[in-house]
Order: sequence, then structure tokens, then C-alpha cells
Amino acid sequence: MNETYVDILVIGAGPAGLAAAQAARESGIENLLVLERENEPGGILRQCIHNGFGLHRFREELTGPEYAQRDIDAVRAMGIPVECGCTVLSVSPERVVTCVSRTKGFRVFRAGAVILAMGCRERPRGALCTPGTRCAGIYSAGTAQRFVNLEGYMPGRRVVILGSGDIGLIMARRMTLQGAKVLACVEIMPYSSGLNRNIVQCLEDYGIPLLLSHTVTDIRGRDRLEGITVSKVDENRNPVPGTEIDYECDTLLLSCGLIPENELSAGAGVRMSPATSGPMVSESFETSVDGIFACGNVLHVHDLVDHVSAESLKAGHAAAEYIRGNRPGGETIPVCDGEGVRGTVPQSIRKGAAGPVDLMFRPSGVFRNASAVVENDGREILRKKAMIFTPGEMSVVTLKEENIRSLTSGKLTVRIERS
Amino acid sequence: MKREITCINCPVGCRMTVELSDDGTFLSVTGNTCPRGAKYAQQECTVPTRTLTAVIQVPGSPVPLSVKTASPVPKERIFEVMQAISTAEVSLPVRAGQVILKDVLGTGSDIIATRSLDT
Amino acid sequence: MMKTDILIIGAGITGTAVARELSRFRAHISVIERGADIAEGATKANSGIVHAGYDALPGTKKAFFNVRGAAVYGNLCASLGVPYRRCGALVVGFDESDRAALERLKERGRTNGVPGLEILEKEALSALEPSLNPEASCALNVPGSAIVSPYELAFAMADDAALNGVEFRFGEDARSVAPDESGAGWIVDTGSSRYQCRAVINCAGAFGAELHNMISPEKLTMVHRRGQYYLLDRAETLPFSRTIFQCPNAMGKGVLVSPTVHGNLLIGPNAEDIENPLDTATTPEGLSFVLRTAQRTWPFLSVRTNITNFSGIRAHLNTDDFAVGAVSGCENAYEAIGIESPGLSSAPAIGEYLAAMVAEDMGLKRKDEIAAYVPGPKPFHEMTGEERDAAVRSNPEYGNIICRCEVVTEAEIRTAIRRPVGARTIDGVKRRTRAGMGRCQGGFCMPRVAEILSEELDCGILSVTKDGGASRILCDTVENMLKEAGRDE
Repeated sequence: MNETYVDILVIGAGPAGLAAAQAARESGIENLLVLERENEPGGILRQCIHNGFGLHRFREELTGPEYAQRDIDAVRAMGIPVECGCTVLSVSPERVVTCVSRTKGFRVFRAGAVILAMGCRERPRGALCTPGTRCAGIYSAGTAQRFVNLEGYMPGRRVVILGSGDIGLIMARRMTLQGAKVLACVEIMPYSSGLNRNIVQCLEDYGIPLLLSHTVTDIRGRDRLEGITVSKVDENRNPVPGTEIDYECDTLLLSCGLIPENELSAGAGVRMSPATSGPMVSESFETSVDGIFACGNVLHVHDLVDHVSAESLKAGHAAAEYIRGNRPGGETIPVCDGEGVRGTVPQSIRKGAAGPVDLMFRPSGVFRNASAVVENDGREILRKKAMIFTPGEMSVVTLKEENIRSLTSGKLTVRIERS
Repeated sequence: MKREITCINCPVGCRMTVELSDDGTFLSVTGNTCPRGAKYAQQECTVPTRTLTAVIQVPGSPVPLSVKTASPVPKERIFEVMQAISTAEVSLPVRAGQVILKDVLGTGSDIIATRSLDT
Repeated sequence: MMKTDILIIGAGITGTAVARELSRFRAHISVIERGADIAEGATKANSGIVHAGYDALPGTKKAFFNVRGAAVYGNLCASLGVPYRRCGALVVGFDESDRAALERLKERGRTNGVPGLEILEKEALSALEPSLNPEASCALNVPGSAIVSPYELAFAMADDAALNGVEFRFGEDARSVAPDESGAGWIVDTGSSRYQCRAVINCAGAFGAELHNMISPEKLTMVHRRGQYYLLDRAETLPFSRTIFQCPNAMGKGVLVSPTVHGNLLIGPNAEDIENPLDTATTPEGLSFVLRTAQRTWPFLSVRTNITNFSGIRAHLNTDDFAVGAVSGCENAYEAIGIESPGLSSAPAIGEYLAAMVAEDMGLKRKDEIAAYVPGPKPFHEMTGEERDAAVRSNPEYGNIICRCEVVTEAEIRTAIRRPVGARTIDGVKRRTRAGMGRCQGGFCMPRVAEILSEELDCGILSVTKDGGASRILCDTVENMLKEAGRDE
């Protein structure tokens, strides 16, 4: 089949892909193409009609569609082609990309560099092994959000939310405002992974109880959901008998975590991190496969879109540099998770890299008045104190150029130290 | 009169105690660890406001129109404002930022479109 | 009153097999089904194994139909375009008493006429199946064991039957069966309709004994034996290439670990006798039993990649055998009930046998011409680049990927709805196309499938159901619910 060459092919026109494309163009890449499977660019922001986006990047509070529109406008102004309704089917290690669309059929591209920006998906019920029947009325929070905000339909009237991730909290408020009754938000962990702001403004404002250390232990209803049972869990997350609470409800929304969507990455032979479920990348967001980059939620799940954009701008610049043959040299230093830390990105740094480099990670629990410590070969090179580290918020420590220059062989470790 | 509230400014989530007079006047706050917390506590206990977002069906459009209050509205009027938004009549095309309802329910806040819809 | 020559009750794997075979004869045939689709009972929730036939006791109907069914399976699936793979099986033993049991199975298999059985020793096992528990000391090798997609076979047989004139009616629950005025035929009442037929065939699965006992003086007792499963995500390489059984016991063939024809790994079932034949819930006890037991086969088993759990109900008769043939003490009434394992393996043979018996008794003539069932095109997921290119050129709807996990296109979903016995529900589309079967379990594609269903069926999206009945996926428009809330205040 005929192959079309592009310098940089960006997969996904959500906030990550759009930012990466802008950066690549700013760095002088003319032959650039963004492919998007939905019929409009903007990614999941299109259905996030609530506000609270953009405070870091634009210094103002925007709704999801407004935030997306800024990137869409910018990409349009730069004349970057974005093709919607086009699903990428495969990416090879040689960066041959196949895709299909209604209007242009099946096509093959060969790309100088590929930027993976496919985003993430929600964990389904199966991942939780929740017992009970398999009736209608059980949806992931994002599916419900799509129905309500993009299709204009309500999935149910009496709702329980399992998981206190931000989408679940946002949907608790959304369903309530639209006239549904949200009975409870149930969280298996002793803390919520959602933002305080969402707990206050989405649950407390409407008197919706947040049940920490609880989970759903039974689901009833043959055709449509009729009720669920919620139980308290012990330290090992096992249900405690005798603590059952029954709820009569027709809808159960699951907000139990997000997983980077890496089917294409795996097909390209990209090495994956078990901690993030995303590709392992260097400080320039290049994966283990030459010329394939990754950014945004496909790399690791973020809390704030502002951070997705910032990261993706860097990835776009790096891909452009790669096309021009500029690649940081020097020894590769692996970056490892230490105590209290999970899923540090990037997973390696080249000694010749220009600084600064952000080390992003999730604390494995809640730590108050603690420090994030970066060590190279057992030698402390950086320390950052904070009043709180929580799994609900991605933490960042920034290596300056002089930190990178001073790295010696051996690994770099990030850990959290209690004071 | 005392009120307990959680600060929403950052992940620390300080539990603050606000002292109010009987007529609801703000007197003092304790438990905050920064000035932003104090400011939030005072605002939240005297004139709590929220930015409200919603969707409106637009005849001829398969996708509903997302809208927001251009400025925050009093928290206790949220449900009323939702009802007011549901009565809005909109026709295609719509531009992002377009005013859908002027000064909704006399709150001083306009309802504006947060996306564009073409015909 | 609807009149028909032959009324088949139940559209599971057995009912559809019988219907397909009978559709070759000159008669008016109707199938009624209480569910919203084909394959709504045990057919949609079982292990998907075509057993070679070593397990059933010689001389039983189970043994007879299993061996005959297994022999025709490959050709039948090929002609109907149904996924089937002869992946082989190992029945694994851990000690000397297991070895003795395996020897007995081998002997039984030989008596039943199953070729190729042999006992393998420990050393051979790790070479064949490296993930197998190293504590396994021996195994019965069953090269003839196969895997199949049970509901896809039922769909294809139903489509074939429908093409040849058989009428399918859903949501029809046979509540009573009684002789008609002439005494030679039957009246079947479903509450919403009454059917008068010359012959009735009971393929009612979990409800088979109930219907049998309405008309036969010889009563049967049925036990509803539930089995729960885990279905793990697809992977490039699965830990097992064969179906791995443990030594069978009184409750069944035990917990198996098996690849599926679609590249998932299936783990289950347990066996628990329950009261309600519709209670297909999973339970913490059942699932943890399955997990613990399967870990004996595969010590590294983890449910980290689990994508769904489900349970199915086997219809076990107290006779411990199938009841296939004329209903004792009745004229013009036939049955195939108690079709628990190896029922899937036996279904093609049962269909052939029962159809021949009914046709002979009724003096039916074979049709001169049979409408040939042409399997649908290869799934887009399995096409090469060139084939995909050609597919989109011929139909642009192939260019619209609806289910991203399983790569299912709009064209395939519309085709599934337009099949002779087409999908009417979200689950119906899912089982016919795999849209929503993948790792996100419909999170992304379900709203789009619902939209396509509402277009094709020309109904509002609010009336689209997950699986028929009251299983609507949505309750109202955003607008209406808000207005309702305003009125309530």
C-alpha cells in the first residue's frame, strides 16, 4: 500500500495531542498531522462542562470545553491539520502507522516521529470483581458524564457512586443538579483520591455522604439495578460482616481509577511501566522505541489538565528536536521509585539533557509534613518539603540543570521521608 | 456560633473553625495555615457563592449546549438558577461566550455559552 | 391463537440446533423464547468447551451425543463461520488417587470411542504447558478437546433456521402446556399469546423439568447448578494454550483454566445448587472458591487483568443424564432437557437426532431446496491491511470504529442488527460483534451502540435496553428530569 510520509504524527487531539502539536510547530516542524478518533477535537474535556480548568496555564478558571477551545483555536491559527473521525489501528516499531476513517478509508503513514497522546480509560466493574447481578444501570462515571453532557440523557434517578475519584464527585453534583437523588459516595480507601474542592462543592454542598473505608459488596436487580449493599472494610480492604447498609437505587456509577490506554503503544513494542501502566520514557518523553514519544494521560494519569498541557508541550518540542537530529547524549541514569513513591516519570534521564527536568510521581499514601528526597547513588541531591503529600495529587520535584550535570553513574531514587 | 469547614484551596484541606455572631457576622477563624484559608472561610461563611455549569438542548443540534454562570451566584440559589437555565430558548448557531440569559434571576450574573454550536 | 406445526420452546444452543435441523423439512416451525434474544440462558454463560467425550459414562445419552456432536463440530462451525479451535486439553492430576481417576477416564474414553487419549508424566507437562503448577504429577492428554463461542454458534444456527422459514418470537415465556381439543396437538400459553401446534419440543433449559412435569406422568426433578467465572483480558500470549481441567468430582468437571476462541482466558466454574433458576448473580464465596481452586492449576494466577465475572446455570436432572426424545407418556411431545455439560458439545447431535425423530413421526418431507446460510465477512479486527482497505471502499461504515478495545466497526454493528435473527439489545450487539466485550467493557462504545440501535430499530434511545425486559439503559432526557424536579419543589 502507498505510504504517506509525515515528520510528526500525533495520535489524539485531546489536550495532550493539541499541545504537543503546537510545540512541534513552534519548533519549526511543517509536515505535521494530528489524528483524532472522535468527530471533534478536544478529547474528554468536551464532556467536562464543569469549571476549574486552566488556573495554572491561563491564570483563569475555565470550563472543560473552554479550555479545549483555546488549544483548538491555537492549532487552527497555526494551520496544523487535525483529522477527526480517524482511528489509528496500529503503530509499528518502524513508525508505520495504519488508520481508518469513514471519509478517507484505510491509510498508511510513515512518520519521522510519533507522539502517543491517546489518553486513558476508566476501570470497569470487572477490575473490581464486585459480586452480584449483571443488570442495566451500572456505568463508569465517565460514560454517565457523556450521556448527560454530550447526549442530553439521564442514566438514572437514584444513584450511588463507588469510588471518590474526581469524575465520580463531579458526577454526584451533576446528577443532583439535574434532578437525580445521589444517596452516597462510597470509597474503599480511608481517604478520597479527589480534590478537597470537589468533596466540598460536589458532595457537602448537597448533603451527599462520603463513606470512607466502605465498598459495594452486592448488586441486585435482574433487568435494571434495584439495589446495592455497602459494607465497611478493614485495613486489608476486606468487608467486615455485620456492617452492611442497603441502598435502593437504579444506578451505580463507578469512579475507581483511570488506566492509560496503551493498546497502540504495546503493539509498537514500547516498554511499559507496571507502576504507571504507561510507557517508560526518558526526560524528553521518548519511549523505549526510537522516535516514539508519549505524553498526557496515556503516559501517566494526571489530576490537572494544566499539567497535561505543560508536559505535552515539552514532548512536542522534544519530538521536533528528534526530527532535526538533536538528541541529548550521555549516559542514561535510571529513575526509580523509593519508599512512599509510586510511578515516577520519567523513568530515565540522560546526562546530556538540558534542565530543568520535572520528576513527577504519586505518593503511595498520605504523608503530612514530609519531604520528597531525590538521591543519586545514595547521595542526596535534592529535597522538597511539603505540608502534605497525598495519592490524590501528583507531586513534582524539579531537577535543575546543575543537578543533572552532577549526576554520577547509578540510579536516581525519589522517596518520601517523614519528619 | 461556631462552624466547621474544610479549606478547598490546596490538598492540605485544613479543618477550620469559624466563629460567627448570632446575626451571622464573621468574627474569627482558627485552624487555617495560610491567609488564603482565612479569606475562604470568611467568604464561605458569609456569602457562599458557586459557579454553576449546565447543558441546554438546542433544537436541531445533536449535541447539547454547555453553559455557565459568567460569575459565581449565591449558593442557596443554585437550584433556582438551574430551573431558570432549563427555560432558556436557544437557536443555532451559538458562539462560545454568547449570553444565553442576561442577569439570571437578578443575581447580576449572565448565563453564557461555553462552546460553539454550528448549524 | 397462533397456529404452527411444530413449536420449539427455548432458543438456546439446543433449541436452535433442533430448529435448524427441522427447517430442512416441510413444516411451519416456530421457536418461542422467554428472553430477549437467542442464547439467553446457559448458552451465554458456560465454559465454551467441546468435550472430546471421555467423561460421560458409557451407555448414557451424554456419552452418545457428546461423541457424535464433537465429531461434527469442526465442520459445522466452519460452514457457519463460527469461531472454533481444537486446542486440546489436559486433565491434571496431583497424586496417586488422581492418577487412578485419570486411568479410569482414559478407559472410559476408549469405551466411548474417543481417539488419542494418553497419560502424560510430569516431565512432559512442563514442556507442553510451562505455566502449569509444577506439582502436577500427571495428566490425561485429550488432543480432541476444542473451544467454541457457544452463543455465536446459536446465533448462526438461528439465522440459518430463520432463513429457512423458522419463526422466532422473544419475550414469550411458556407458562402452560396442555393438550388441545383434538387431543393430538398442544396448546402452549405464554400469557401474552396462545400457540396451537401439532408437536411441541421442550428445549427450555432451566425450565425444562417444569414443562415436562406439566404433561408427563413420569416426573423429573431438576437441580439448578450455578457456576461462576472470571474472564481475563486478552493478551499477546496466554499462559496456557490448552484447556486445563482438574480431576473431576461428583459436582462436575471442576474448575478449568482455558483460552477462549477470542484470546481471553476463562477461569471457572464452581458448582452450587440454588433455588432460583434465574439467579445468575456472582458471590464473594463463589468467586473466591474459583480463584483458590484455579490457583492449583496456575499458581501465578492473579485477577489483576480480570475484565468481567459472570455465572451460568446448568440444568441438572436427578437421573444424572440428558432426557432426549419423545416425552414419556405423551403423543407428539418431545424434549431435550437436562442439557448440562457436555450439552454444548452434544447440541448438534441432539438437534439432528430429535429433528429426525419428529420428522419421521409426523411424516414430514424434506424440502427440495434449502436456503444456504452464508457466514458474514471476516471481522474487521482479523482483516489484513488490504482487506480493510477493500472493506472501507465497499462500505464507508467500516471506517468508523465504534468499539476501540475489540476494534468493531459501525458496519459490523449495523450488520448484526440486520441479521435474520438480529440484535435488538446492547448485549445482543455485544455478543454478535464483540463491541463492549473488551477491557473497557463498553465504557466508550455503549452510548454509540445505543444510538445505532435506536436508528436501526427506529425507536428512541430511551427505549434501548441492555438485555430486554425492563433493562433500559437511560431513564429520561436531561431536560425532562430537571423540569420534573422543578415541579416537585
